[in-house]
Amino acid sequence: MDVLKYEEKAIFSLRALYQTYGYAQYKMSKFEEYDLYVRNKNFLVSDHIITFTDTDGKLMALKPDVTLSIIKNSKDITDSVQKVYYNENVYRVSKGTHSFKEIMQVGLECLGAVDSYCIFEVLKLACESLALISSDFVLDLSNLDIIAEVIDSLGVSDQARKNLLTCVGEKNLHSISAICAEEGVDGSRLRRLVSTYGVPAEVLPVLHEIVPESPAVAQLETVLQALAHSGADANVRIDFSVVGDMNYYNGFVFKGFISGVASGVLSGGQYDNLMDKMGRKSRAIGFAVYLDLLEQLCETDREYDVDAVILYDDGADLAALFDAHKLLTSSGMRVTVQKSLPEKLRYKQLLKLQERGVEIIENHA
Amino acid sequence: MLNVALPKGRLGEKVYAMFEKAGFPCPSIKENNRKLIFENQEAGVRYFWVKPSDVAIYVERGAADLGVAGKDILLEYQPDVYELLDLDIGKCRMAVAAQKSFRDNPQKTLRVATKFTNIAKNYYASMGRDIDMIHLNGSIEIAPILGLSDVIVDIVETGTTLKENDLEVIETIVPISARLIANKAGFKFKQAPIETIVASLAAQTEEAK
Repeated sequence: MDVLKYEEKAIFSLRALYQTYGYAQYKMSKFEEYDLYVRNKNFLVSDHIITFTDTDGKLMALKPDVTLSIIKNSKDITDSVQKVYYNENVYRVSKGTHSFKEIMQVGLECLGAVDSYCIFEVLKLACESLALISSDFVLDLSNLDIIAEVIDSLGVSDQARKNLLTCVGEKNLHSISAICAEEGVDGSRLRRLVSTYGVPAEVLPVLHEIVPESPAVAQLETVLQALAHSGADANVRIDFSVVGDMNYYNGFVFKGFISGVASGVLSGGQYDNLMDKMGRKSRAIGFAVYLDLLEQLCETDREYDVDAVILYDDGADLAALFDAHKLLTSSGMRVTVQKSLPEKLRYKQLLKLQERGVEIIENHA
Repeated sequence: MLNVALPKGRLGEKVYAMFEKAGFPCPSIKENNRKLIFENQEAGVRYFWVKPSDVAIYVERGAADLGVAGKDILLEYQPDVYELLDLDIGKCRMAVAAQKSFRDNPQKTLRVATKFTNIAKNYYASMGRDIDMIHLNGSIEIAPILGLSDVIVDIVETGTTLKENDLEVIETIVPISARLIANKAGFKFKQAPIETIVASLAAQTEEAK
């Protein structure tokens, strides 16, 4: 397993985890009709898509997202739940560089009659996914229905509503005050909601005060109780700064952070509104793990590119070269056979095949 | 260790004084030298001076947990960070300015010279106005004088530079001040010291009002 990169190991363990919960692997083509993304452009993280014309003249795209394809190809069921996981490359423009990047994504989707149990199971799997990557993680759990309840009660204009939601995502209390003052409404309840974050046991009682008798809070409590029972709640924090576009997302939304990685490595939530837009009756929840970010966690840069280099001259005995290589690799060494030393190659030992056998020329070990 | 990106210059010095008062001193920062990174192991804090427009990048990318950046930079680059406090210092405004003789003709495409292309784009898009954007990196004020643009979108502090170049503010887009920003992941794992700083800075800001 040592030859595998950190993120490759993560893929194996995540796939095994999802399979134990009965999630089936969802395999899809690299391409999708461009039309699917045009209709749901705002759902995508970046609106740049690599397109090309297929042999039949259809405009195709390299997948920038997996969820839309899964919804498109899923059955619209409302009495049971289809559980799938995927491990796919997506193509997006990375912020800052303005160039396309291939991103390895692992994730899962739960489509159909999504109820509190499904939400609990997805959250539990999100926690376990993060725990597989690092023990030092936090899962921030938010609920858009609760945020919407508080913002809607203000009765502000559509633009102000949108701006307020952005402020909630930024924990930007001063701008919430400014917008509410401009609209002539009292923003103290929303400010209190944004300032209320932390472990569920501390946040829930305050939440009952901010939004009393809210069905969304009751469901949040039910799900958190189940998480506590399963032992997965130790790293769960309630934090309403996790927001999503309310045109697509609703209810539970969450983000996972790992110490040492500068941005969230896991992102997910309920997207019933997207299902509605796509003409589906079934409900849905899912998440994705951004494996490209895990590279940052890999602390130990290898000191040497190879353990040994075996040099040989023209006319060297090929059998002797092979035997020398076999002898060294059998002890687990990484060995390259070269005629001359490659530039900048970092090696522990430099050996040379002579007539009387292999000789060590340099030894840095 | 809490990493703090401070904007080089007078504003940064002011901000450092606030952090010091909040219980995160680093005396070596006051030594007059060319060093850019200063650390106080005991207080668990490391400060570094960066170009003001780069603070948001350091914070968004996690090289700094906290930083202080002008609202202009946040609006222009829209980094994915928490904006925890309005420090109410470094106050100015983002404004549209033009020569005193300028009369807007809505039938013509408006030529706008600015360093802040995103802010200008969003502002004119919100009004449905068609513009020709001219991105400049400095000396924006001379653009209308030389006929390069009709108007400029720039930061106005006292208005002296505008006046000296025979320009005047015709519209304020948004008031600007320095904001305390935090990396989202850093906030999760260094919550206690960050909250201490936010509480103290909020109190100091309130006091100064």
